[in-house]
This record gives sequence, C-alpha cells and structure tokens, in this order.
Amino acid sequence: GVMERSREQLLRQTCEAVVLGVLHPRTAISLVLQVLSDAGSLLSCCLNAACVALLDAGLPLAALFCGVTCALQPDGSILLDPTARQEQEARAVLTFAIASSERKVLMANTKGSCSVEEMQQCLAAAQRAADTIFQFYRNSVRRRYSKS
Amino acid sequence: MAAERGTAAEALVGQVVLPGDLLLLPAHYDEDAEGERLRLSAGAAPQGRLLCGPGLRRSGAGLLVTKCGLLRHRPAGGGAYWVDSQQKRYVPVKGDHVIGIVTVKAGDVFRLDVGGSEPASLSYLAFEGATKRNRPNVQVGDLIYGQFVVANKDMEPEMVCIDSSGKSSGMGIIGQDGFLFKVSLGLIRKLLAPKCEIIQELSQLYPFELVLGMNGRIWVKAKTVQQTLIIVNILEACEYMTAEQRKQALAKLSGN
Repeated sequence: GVMERSREQLLRQTCEAVVLGVLHPRTAISLVLQVLSDAGSLLSCCLNAACVALLDAGLPLAALFCGVTCALQPDGSILLDPTARQEQEARAVLTFAIASSERKVLMANTKGSCSVEEMQQCLAAAQRAADTIFQFYRNSVRRRYSKS
Repeated sequence: MAAERGTAAEALVGQVVLPGDLLLLPAHYDEDAEGERLRLSAGAAPQGRLLCGPGLRRSGAGLLVTKCGLLRHRPAGGGAYWVDSQQKRYVPVKGDHVIGIVTVKAGDVFRLDVGGSEPASLSYLAFEGATKRNRPNVQVGDLIYGQFVVANKDMEPEMVCIDSSGKSSGMGIIGQDGFLFKVSLGLIRKLLAPKCEIIQELSQLYPFELVLGMNGRIWVKAKTVQQTLIIVNILEACEYMTAEQRKQALAKLSGN
C-alpha cells in the first residue's frame, strides 16, 4: 500500500546517501526487508536492519546509520522507541535516521504536529540514543569476527 | 556529540573497524601529495608510499574505512593497510584466479558466470596451444579455471587461461566429475594461506583433487562419490568449527 511505498522511499534515500555507489556503476543493489512482527517503531527497526544487512553483505559504506523513533506525549515528555500503543496515544511520532559520522541527520519523518523546539529536543535525544545503537553494532561485529 | 574523529591507524591494527571510522596516518606519509595510488595487491612500493587496500579509501589526511572487519597492516616497503572482511559476494579483481561456468558460446568468445554482477568473457585463443584451427573443446556448462586480465568497475571482466608467458600453469578446463560448491570468500583466503592446516589434515584422510577459486567456488574430486561428499561437507563446515572440533570430526571419519 501507500504506507509501505513511503517507507521504501525513505529507506532508499537513506541508503543512497551512505552506500558508495561509485564503486559499483551499472549495478542494482536490492534490499529486501520482511516484517516478522511489528511492535511499534517499525521504520527505525527497518533502518537498523537495513544498515546491518548492508554491513554484513560487504557493501562499501561511507558511514553507518541507525533509526530512532521518538514519541511526543500530550504532556510534552519525550519517549524513545515507543510501542504501538504509545505511538497511537502520542501527539506526534518522529523518526530520525542518524549517521555515525558526527551524528548527522540523514532522514527525518514526522507524523502528527509538534513545535520547532520540541523537534529539536527530540533530535537531541535521538542523537544521544544513536550512540547506544552504534555501540551495539560494534559489539555485534566484534563478536562475529572473534570466532574466526 | 564529539564522535571519535580519527584514531591513529597503528592503534587499531588487528581490531574490528566499522565503516565511517577515520584512521589517521603518521605525518610523514602526507609528504607525497602527488601520485596517491590505491592498489589492491602487494606491489613493490617505493619507500614512503602507503598502499591503501580493500575496505579503505583515502580521505583528506587519513583513511576512511568503508567495510567492517579486522584492520591489517604490513610494514614492508612503505607499508600497506587493508580491512580483512568476510563476505559472500565476489567482486572481480585483476589477477584473481577464479572458477567460471560457461553459459554462452558466442562465436569466438565464451561468456562465463563468475559470481559477479556481469558475466566475464573468455576468448577461445586464450588457452595454451590454441590457434584458429586448433580450438579448445569447451561446451556450455563446463568449468574453467582462469585469471582476470581486465577487471574494473567500468568494463566487462575478461579472463584468460594462460599466464604472461603463454603457459597454462594449471589453468584451463576442469575435468569431468567432481563437485562444485560455494563458500564464503574468507574461507577461501584461509585455505589459500601457505601451510593451511585444514588442507594438510584432509590430505591425510583421502587423496583428492582440489581447485579453489577466489570467487568462493571450490571444486573437489576424490576416488568415490562418498569420499567427495565427505570432503565437501568438511570444507563447508570448517568455516564455523574451531580447530579442535575439526580434528575431532576428522578423527571420527578416519576411524570409520
């Protein structure tokens, strides 16, 4: 449907910003994501899975990226990685794709309404959370290469 | 949000690096601003020229990591850095010896599937002792062991089955029977290392013929089908077994 198409476009634009396509001209890189279970924050799960898949496949990347979802609750507090229920009750749900090089923002998607200050706060929180995710990537890769 | 902007390259040798990491080089490498060459294989590098191997790209004053893996360093002849990464998808590189499967016979040229994004081309004259009258007997579906003479991202890869002096040196059509299977590129590199324990241990089990292609393909032939399949299973499982597990498995098989 339209939601899936829009998610595909967001993922594609994020990946295109990081994958070094110059090293593979006239080649199609296709990324297939299968949703096994959806408990909220689907777009950021897709972003994280896409990054790890590209890493595992050995495609040359300029930086890593991760996805973080923030939910703005009606009382103004920020909730990271909301569940499906929290997403529905929230005033606004923002998803950011953050790159590992200087925590730059690759993609921002908002559903609902929020003020500019609130968006900045969510972005700052997401950038802090991105550190944890990148550390997780690093640990996973370390575990994988420790076996050989 | 001060991310680790550049760590010294020497400090990370032998450790896992991720794409986006910046490696800083010692100052004296920056002197040769002209002729910064990116080469994938070891050549005779003049003193002071740093070789930037697979998985790394030059970026400003340092090297940008583009693939995840272990960082390796060779200090000989100016030094070389590269990233040892595991992947299954092969990208053709000039000089690599690979096993290709003939898919099309188009007049004077064969098209081979080498596991990359494009089929490689092989001329019928690129075999030892081949002339216009004396053509090699190659059919569709045959296995060919050859090396790349042209392999870059802009052109279709080209293979030959002779080396620079015109001798075949082990390359050419791979014979009948035997079993072809695919493994990851990291395992192939491990098997091709000098004095590989796996090959030595296997050779004590049964005599067999083995062809290793850098594109992840291995061809095995032993006396009987059962022996061939046993060797295939051991080679496939070797990737995930530790040395002790392998020795146990081989001891069980030679005991039978």
